[in-house]
Amino acid sequence: MSGASNETIDVVLHVWRQPPGGEGRMVTYTEEAKGISPDMSFLEMLDVVNERLIAKGEEPIAFEHDCREGICGSCGMMINGQPHGPQKGTATCQLHMREFRDGDEIYVEPWRARAFPVLRDLIVDRSAFDRIIEAGGYITAPTGSAPDANLIPVPKEAADAAMDAAACIACGACVAACPNNAAHLFTAAKLQHLNLLPQGQAERYQRTVAMVEAMEEYFGSCTMHGECQEACPKEISVDFIAYMNRDFVKAQLKNRKLAGQT
Amino acid sequence: MQTMERQRVAPVHPRPRRPAPWPVEFYRSTVGMKWVMAVSGIFLMGYVFLHMLGNLKLYMGADDINHYGEFLRDLLVPIFPRTVTLWLLRIGLILAFFFHVHSAYRLTRINRRARAEGGYISKRDYQAATIASRSMRMTGVVILLFVLWHLADLTWGTANPDFVRGDVYRNVVASFERPVVSLIYIVANIALGLHLFHGAWSMFQSLGLNNPRWNSVRRGFAAGFAGIVMVGNLSFPIAVLTGVISADDNPDCRVVDGVIETCELYAGEGEG
Ligand code: FES
Repeated sequence: MSGASNETIDVVLHVWRQPPGGEGRMVTYTEEAKGISPDMSFLEMLDVVNERLIAKGEEPIAFEHDCREGICGSCGMMINGQPHGPQKGTATCQLHMREFRDGDEIYVEPWRARAFPVLRDLIVDRSAFDRIIEAGGYITAPTGSAPDANLIPVPKEAADAAMDAAACIACGACVAACPNNAAHLFTAAKLQHLNLLPQGQAERYQRTVAMVEAMEEYFGSCTMHGECQEACPKEISVDFIAYMNRDFVKAQLKNRKLAGQT
Repeated sequence: MQTMERQRVAPVHPRPRRPAPWPVEFYRSTVGMKWVMAVSGIFLMGYVFLHMLGNLKLYMGADDINHYGEFLRDLLVPIFPRTVTLWLLRIGLILAFFFHVHSAYRLTRINRRARAEGGYISKRDYQAATIASRSMRMTGVVILLFVLWHLADLTWGTANPDFVRGDVYRNVVASFERPVVSLIYIVANIALGLHLFHGAWSMFQSLGLNNPRWNSVRRGFAAGFAGIVMVGNLSFPIAVLTGVISADDNPDCRVVDGVIETCELYAGEGEG
């Protein structure tokens, strides 16, 4: 490790503050965001600001977080116009203050989409994602006790591709990044990590139709800006969206009864 | 702190209860609409390309282009009577155009509804979106309006005071000699180029025709296609304005005392 630096930076923080059910506005914090160590993560910086706010008797900034290691997907926020901030392939909790310079102005906003209502400050309700998963993002076959690892042969390539899709942490950055607020990247990832594997075949087409339909109830449609792929902290490829589209069209053309799928 | 009261997030686009017959059901979904948009887009791309290719005959003189115009009317004669094939193609074109515009309109409304009111306060820092992708709706509207103008100008002739039916060469020259008209064509074709660039690339995605082996050439294909069509189309008004193409160069087509004499070939109209 290259040793912690002793220098600190002062930043100017503009944060969206919104009480539950109330109107929101941007609030600027200058004093509270001074003396920040570049080794802090973005969330640690917010913790420091919050401690100072509490000391002053003010309401701390509400933001969602859990694992702080980039795997739970709860810490999403828009930082300077980019979901999860300026560093590619990184969730907000893994973003460090060394990405910023002394005197930088930092704008922090919650995800904005009609399907993601703001609950408080930077916290949005992402339960529309749950509706998509409920529609078919699972396998219903009873699996019994743990099977022999190699009982079902899975080609290495398929396993790799499925793992790439399964890396999705459902943070919502793709929706937040999309000018149309489409959830195609999320849905495609959640589809493909099942559709690529032998265990996922039995319900492949009904799953695809059900999840796409659920997605369309809440979100916009894809116009291929490609912003979602750039914003994704797991760098999930937009190619998965093409596979989702292909499976959806196939499902529409298939005689699904004869294919053994409703 | 109290647990926050959560309201269930209501669907932004509730689905109609009753399932529709298959093609309607397919067209109801945004993925289906994008598929229709891509398929109609491919048809329109083919048209736009052949249209540009045919127009290059302007450089070969009045005889060539006017013959070409006649040839299009005579396509597949005598299997079909004269102009029937042309009309079949035109009907296909109108349908493709209609569905392309209709799905774009519906998708735009759906997308608008999916957005949060007010959007982001701070400036978005786009990473991948291009001018072409962000202006698709605008360039689309420009092209729609242009097509109507273009038909009025060179098909029906209502917007072209010097219009002579069947004399493609003269009509084009007479139209483009007016700088304002040429400017309309130039602006519209730049819009078309941008529209094609994003469309020709993203249609593969909508169709699900995605193959890692091809992905690297998709951008190149889109840029090449859009570039060729745009450069070809832009060259015509510029060639007329700079005098590279002019009515006087052509022995068959002359202006006599400000009145356009039709080309010799079409002196006897009505023989078709
Ligand atoms: S806090 Fe879990 S991903 Fe950031």
